[in-house]
Amino acid sequence: MATTILVDIVSAECHLYSGQGVMVYASAVMGELGIAPRHAPLITRLKPGEVRVDPGNNQPHEHFYVSGGILEVQPFKVTILADAGVRAGDLDEAAAQEAKRCAEDALANQHADMDFAKAQTELAEAVAQLRAIDRIRKTK
Amino acid sequence: MAGAKEIRTKIASVKSTQKITRAMEMVAAAKMRKAQDRMLATRPYTEKMKQVVGHIALANPEYKHPFVVSREVRKIGYIVISSDRGLCGGLNTNLFRFLVKEIKALQKDGKEVAFCTVGNKALGFFRRVGGQVMAQATHLGDAPRVEALVGTVKVMLDAYINGEVDEIRLAYNTFVNTMTQQNTVSQLVPLKAGEDADSLCRHWDYIYEPGAQEVMDDLLVRYIESLVYQAVVENGACEQSARMVAMKSATDNAGDLISELKLIYNKARQAAITQEISEIVGGAAAVAA
Repeated sequence: MATTILVDIVSAECHLYSGQGVMVYASAVMGELGIAPRHAPLITRLKPGEVRVDPGNNQPHEHFYVSGGILEVQPFKVTILADAGVRAGDLDEAAAQEAKRCAEDALANQHADMDFAKAQTELAEAVAQLRAIDRIRKTK
Repeated sequence: MAGAKEIRTKIASVKSTQKITRAMEMVAAAKMRKAQDRMLATRPYTEKMKQVVGHIALANPEYKHPFVVSREVRKIGYIVISSDRGLCGGLNTNLFRFLVKEIKALQKDGKEVAFCTVGNKALGFFRRVGGQVMAQATHLGDAPRVEALVGTVKVMLDAYINGEVDEIRLAYNTFVNTMTQQNTVSQLVPLKAGEDADSLCRHWDYIYEPGAQEVMDDLLVRYIESLVYQAVVENGACEQSARMVAMKSATDNAGDLISELKLIYNKARQAAITQEISEIVGGAAAVAA
């Protein structure tokens, strides 16, 4: 049997695939890639597209769709870190702006200095309440 | 017996409260299981990410990404992760208390702080007590998505690159078990150098496509996002288990309260009957005399 390469495909939210393959195909930003065992160490970004794993032994290929991510090759291991969703610089920027705007909206006319006295009284109150509940339970 | 009716109404109201808390307890228990599964599902990605980042640290020591280089700390950015909803015991309160203590110590040293909040409770807290909130994300739901956090994390990372903050820390609860949650504050950026020196030696380097810098930028941003995401998911599991425990004790308390009220009610009822009998007996005796 030919040498194989360990393939791991994971995304932030779940584990997609793990197994041996004789060849891995993926579409990287610089073009299509085919990775066989003993490939030189490589790290690249992936384009949205298909990732195909050939498990060998005339088994059917495994297909996955990734919306981008990072592919790392070690001589006997391929790791694909798939993105959970479509990512692009401007989309990220928009998300950042949105997160900022939300904070500004929520904290309109807010002072930037933290009021420690207030924070501590508030937290002390909450903790006292919790303690009281605890004590009620224990004394019964 | 004037008090009897009032006590009956009170018992009914406590009973309906108990029904609600019991339902919430069961919902939290079901959600907790799912949240725990989700927490476990994120681990492989973070672990692989850690390995890859570790390899890079070994492979390419000459290119230093800004996220790896530490500088003098004047201002610290905190990403504070909290729950969206309350009724989960002291989960958020304890975290904020822990945080306030730390921040107070930092301010004594003349260091400034800024925050990014995740979850309603943290936002509400900083709205009440003040503090510079740079970005926020709320309403992540029970199954948070990475995309929901991208913006918030980017604001922090941009602030780091622009020199507005010199260190980023992450504050959240780690899940120990159902009964225990641990307040945790960990340093996110600058990244600590990969401590796991594999069997790999330093004689090789990756082929970078398109280029080392682009790949590193992408990789490290994703790495940090995955750490934040994992913290959010873990905090979610903590929230559900804390809520389950809190609601269980609320249900038990309501049960105790009901049995106490029942005792009072029965005593009042008995006293009324005794009084009636003694009145009748007294009346009969008066007639017979």
